[in-house]
Amino acid sequence: MSGSHEISRRDFIKVTTGIVGGVIGAAIGLPTIFYLIDPALKEGGKDIWVSIGKFEDMQIGVPYPFSFTRVQVNGWERTSNSFGGFAVRKSDKYEDLVILNSRCTHLSCTINWSEEGKVFLCPCHDASFGVEGEVIDGPPPRPLDKFTDFRMTEDGRIEILSKAG
Amino acid sequence: MWKKVYEWLDERLGLGDMYVNLLDRPEPRGNWWNTLGSASLFLFVMQGLTGIFLTVYYTPSPDHAYDSVQYIMEGVAFGWLIRGIHHWGATLMVLVVFIHMLRVFFTASFKYPRELTWLIGIGLLIMTLGMGFTGYLLPWNQRAFWATTVGTQIAGSVPFIGEFILKALRGGPDLSALTLQRFFSAHIWMLPAMLAGLIGIHLFLIIKHGESHFPSKED
Repeated sequence: MSGSHEISRRDFIKVTTGIVGGVIGAAIGLPTIFYLIDPALKEGGKDIWVSIGKFEDMQIGVPYPFSFTRVQVNGWERTSNSFGGFAVRKSDKYEDLVILNSRCTHLSCTINWSEEGKVFLCPCHDASFGVEGEVIDGPPPRPLDKFTDFRMTEDGRIEILSKAG
Repeated sequence: MWKKVYEWLDERLGLGDMYVNLLDRPEPRGNWWNTLGSASLFLFVMQGLTGIFLTVYYTPSPDHAYDSVQYIMEGVAFGWLIRGIHHWGATLMVLVVFIHMLRVFFTASFKYPRELTWLIGIGLLIMTLGMGFTGYLLPWNQRAFWATTVGTQIAGSVPFIGEFILKALRGGPDLSALTLQRFFSAHIWMLPAMLAGLIGIHLFLIIKHGESHFPSKED
């Protein structure tokens, strides 16, 4: 190195200090940036398949009730959300199933099946829905929500797709 | 272009004078023991920065304090690093400030005209210990809880006004959410503000008087 001896001691110290300081700054600064934006980089909940029961247990004309809970994790807090619904079987083909969400479309109360009236009744404002979720009476603005993504497993279980969030 | 900008600023701010007075001032012959004050200042700044970052996730409530610290350690990217620096930096700062005090004492640097610098330094040492004491409670684990129980009880053993001191420290007769909240407040607002102010005066006095000579054998 022919030119190296021309660097003065003062310049050498300056350059070395700059390099060492830069390395230390990057070693602390980059992790700090990741530390701050970490929640934005985390994956939220996933779409999962939930088993709701055996197809053979579902009788034609009798809505089959099911329920499940999903846990939402925010930071160190875990929140359980309950979901429920009714699977309405119409034929021997599982593709013909109508799977209803039991949350009333008016104010989110939970509906129940009434065997006498053959309707779903909402306890809050006396709304009633038909066996396929259509509004018969009361204040609901639209028919019951449906789980449209479902499949049957090899051992005869019906699974529905529970979306994240 | 930059030269013009610098000259404009220098004319109004006196940057050149500041540089000479703050960073290029004459020093007695170099001695590593004389760097402990700067090391204390560096640690104070570092504790301040990592502390600010910790408040992004830390939650000073009995319901959340412990879980939020666990989350920082395990759930957040590099949370272990930020908290680790703050944790070990706290211990190191007490150590460095204390050795800095010993150095000033043994080199007799507290004598005329630097008595005020020394007295303010005592205040800084006590406040550094106060930072350690208040910060120790914040993780809200068993060790923190019982250390503060004992610590406040010791303060409560003062004759006549002991019970008042104990209640004032704890925010009531027992350790509670109030204790955690007031320790947090003291740890991130009151003590750092006082420390920063006193550090300012401490540094002003050091620059005004210059650093003392290392005593020679004749002294």
